[in-house]
Amino acid sequence: MQPFAFARASDAKSAIQNHDLHRTTAVGSVNPTALYLAGGTTLLDLMKLNVVQPARVIDINDLEQTSAGQITLNDKELRLGAMSRMAIAADHPDIRRHFAVIAQSLQLAASAQIRNMASLGGNVLQRTRCTYFRDMSYPNCNKRAPGSGCAALDGINRAHAVLGTSDQCIATYPGDFAQALIALDSRVEVLGRKDVRELPFAKLHRLPGQTPHLETTLAPEDVIIAFHIPRSALARRSLFLKIRDRASYEFALASVAVALELDGNIVRQARIALGGVATVPWRALEAEQRLTGQPVNNATLEAAADAAFARAQPRGHNAFKIELGKRTLVRALRETAAMEI
Amino acid sequence: MAFAKADNTKCGWSRRNFLATSMVSTMTAPLLNHAPATAAAAPALDPRDPFTTHMTINGRHYRLALDVRTTLLDALREHIGLTGTKKGCDHGQCGACTVLIDGHRMLSCLMLTASLEGKDITTIEGLAQADGTLHPMQQAFIDHDAFQCGYCTPGQIVSAVACVNEGHAESDADIREYMSGNLCRCAAYPNIVDAVREAKTKMKET
Repeated sequence: MQPFAFARASDAKSAIQNHDLHRTTAVGSVNPTALYLAGGTTLLDLMKLNVVQPARVIDINDLEQTSAGQITLNDKELRLGAMSRMAIAADHPDIRRHFAVIAQSLQLAASAQIRNMASLGGNVLQRTRCTYFRDMSYPNCNKRAPGSGCAALDGINRAHAVLGTSDQCIATYPGDFAQALIALDSRVEVLGRKDVRELPFAKLHRLPGQTPHLETTLAPEDVIIAFHIPRSALARRSLFLKIRDRASYEFALASVAVALELDGNIVRQARIALGGVATVPWRALEAEQRLTGQPVNNATLEAAADAAFARAQPRGHNAFKIELGKRTLVRALRETAAMEI
Repeated sequence: MAFAKADNTKCGWSRRNFLATSMVSTMTAPLLNHAPATAAAAPALDPRDPFTTHMTINGRHYRLALDVRTTLLDALREHIGLTGTKKGCDHGQCGACTVLIDGHRMLSCLMLTASLEGKDITTIEGLAQADGTLHPMQQAFIDHDAFQCGYCTPGQIVSAVACVNEGHAESDADIREYMSGNLCRCAAYPNIVDAVREAKTKMKET
């Protein structure tokens, strides 16, 4: 691991001040940036691999004692403090009851140990599991070294994305929780250098395009404070379905976050997000539109799944993800429609 | 001092206690007078300076002055001499390094020691009673032959104790799901599930 300077911040404002003060401090490091450390389950892993080499690490775990560590529910919304640990939210009885897709997305992710460590804010910012990104011995990765090329395009790309890709990057966004957030029209509360702002969760991640090294719209010193999830009939009839190589403790090959509002057998509103198949948390708007006003039956569900993957671009080993993704979506929709609530 | 215990264990030079030269331990470490380096007031630290952290490990207070890059796992094994906690993958994928931090199971390979100021840590060495009586989970692993090579076992046992305390060991399916973060390459899984099920009952009795 490369050397770094270490500091602890007691609240978000002092974390940003610290970040600003020491942004250019680089003692013996090739990468003069400051990074925040929360649960560490992504950051320390990548620092050991030398994929990430911050000159300064600012530990923000003490934010758990501030509003960023609180989970609150009122009749309008669920507010998840970004420094809350995954396990706390996954086991929260109110979240399980009123926002099933949120609780399930967290409970199906990682392991019990990692869920005790990882923060919700860090979870949505976790980096891709692309082998060519994580292994420094591969010279070509536009995420790590912009302009160096993408070894995955013609490499072993079974786990890679088929949606939202570009000719520069096909790395899959690895998380689960983000799909639940984007499906439920969540908003992100961010503290920046000047003030607090809110943005739709759908605006947090950036498609790789020609700049795959830029993964979010956040400024380097921004701190995610909380996620705001509106309370709705949709959130109650919701679920997360995850398909993977192992039954537990594995990243998704295909996953679906679904929320439905039904009138009898007719879909009044649908919210669909896809994971494991896309470069960013992927809202399947075409599938949602296709379902709205339709009865729930095999033909309508399959038509929605076809719409969701109409623009999919396979790259060799990952072609199976299109069929797998469609079947996962159909099953998730059917199970959601059958939920007793 | 050579070895990192307050009641200094008598031992000659070894690779391990040679490496432990930057370590000081005391039963009366002042936990409060070492405020964390907070905020803007703190000057940029030279990464080469040892970073001092205070914590409790298995009921004993420690003051650790280590390279800031040192993970809790390396602090335990290479500096304190608590080698029961194992290093498997060192990347948070296998669970061999599982310890309890303030009662919650976590991966010591993905935590900086510097982040753990004031924390209460329990390792596999801290589970048995002072007279040597094994924790019910340790005894159950022996009784059910829940290991072959034994390398993953300390992590399995610490994880299983937390699994029961969390209430996530109420069925065999639950045990399998909530113990999935601990890999066993010998595939002793059926016996591990048996051991956890039995220990759960005993832990509830005591």
